[in-house]
Amino acid sequence: MQAGLDRREFLKLTGLGTVVLASSLCGWERALASTQEDFCFVQLSDTHIGFSDPKVNPDFAGTLAKAVAAVNSLSKQPDFVVFTGDLTHTTDDDAERRKRLAQFKAIISALKVKDVRFLPGEHDAALDNGKAFMEFFGETHYAFTHKGVHFIALDNASDPGSLVGDAQLQWLGGELKRIDKNAPVVILTHRPLFALYPEWDWDTRDADKVLDLLAPYQNVTVLYGHIHQENHTLTGKITQHAAHGLMYPLPAPGSVPKKAPIPWDPAQPYHNLGFRGVQAKTVQPTFALTEYPVKGA
Amino acid sequence: MRASRWTVTLLLSLSLLACTAFPAMAQERVEKITAKKFEFTPNEITLKKGVPVVLELTTLDRLHGFNCPGLKIRSDIKPGTVNTVRFTPDKAGEFTFHCDTFCGSGHEMMHGKIIVTE
Repeated sequence: MQAGLDRREFLKLTGLGTVVLASSLCGWERALASTQEDFCFVQLSDTHIGFSDPKVNPDFAGTLAKAVAAVNSLSKQPDFVVFTGDLTHTTDDDAERRKRLAQFKAIISALKVKDVRFLPGEHDAALDNGKAFMEFFGETHYAFTHKGVHFIALDNASDPGSLVGDAQLQWLGGELKRIDKNAPVVILTHRPLFALYPEWDWDTRDADKVLDLLAPYQNVTVLYGHIHQENHTLTGKITQHAAHGLMYPLPAPGSVPKKAPIPWDPAQPYHNLGFRGVQAKTVQPTFALTEYPVKGA
Repeated sequence: MRASRWTVTLLLSLSLLACTAFPAMAQERVEKITAKKFEFTPNEITLKKGVPVVLELTTLDRLHGFNCPGLKIRSDIKPGTVNTVRFTPDKAGEFTFHCDTFCGSGHEMMHGKIIVTE
């Protein structure tokens, strides 16, 4: 079962300028109370370095740098930053792929925060099963715990068929066994872990297997990219939140006959490009999402 | 004489059984679709609701995928073989299909349409 939740619904719930993921979080309270420390992190996605159509984004070479500057200017610096895939725009040339990954790495080296995590998207990794990506950023799936919250980075993009795959599912099952069923879990991934709009390839073919493994866990949140727009969907008990992209927006699912980047609007430069701040609260155990725009120089 | 009458009766019964039990196979329509980076040929086919179809999918270059979510049809298109998918369209309409195996810089433009008429 899945239910779309729009931003307004979240705002109605919270009365705040942020999206708060409220659920019955008794387990969170226990897990986070031990640390008694709020923290925040930032999610950036779909930076597509190498994309170069000026009709879609005349500032294709400068948008990521502006996003980096915007993160650096946040009044409170995040504990860490995560990029949820499609760091680069696809190319059939292996050397060019590495060049683009190097360009991306050089641009984001300006981040003040030095704890930066990376996930591949299909544009980075599907043509070589993640080989070039791993040369630059290491493993494509991993887990870490930060102040009581369990983060699991899942790779659903290195397999060209958009599969998580049996080997990674087995690894995920092993990781989950170590986690309390009530503890907060955040899945970081590139593609939605549900059939958002398969006609546009907006799904993960074996997402059901992932959700089955996650089903016993009471406080799971999925943060992903891929669709270049905000989207909030409830799948069972799990909320899944898509982030804006940082190169071009895409149309709402099924809203036009063919999926294609939305052309640049000179009246609204950088419209619908942005990144997300996530605030993990310990006193009132929730995650609050704040969407930040990219602004021109 | 008696044996051959039995044989004829048996053959007629089997033929009748085959026609009633497997009518679809008798009427199956074959549609061939070829994939290559980054297009399907043809990229539009018209089918008739209720008429069984076998799609014969081949690729000229590399692994592709064929996915038509509206009709719940999916198959890998593996090189060096004919990949077959059997189905019977149960509703009329237009249903897009696409390659769901990332195949390169034009992958996202690799799609087509199945039109099912009443």
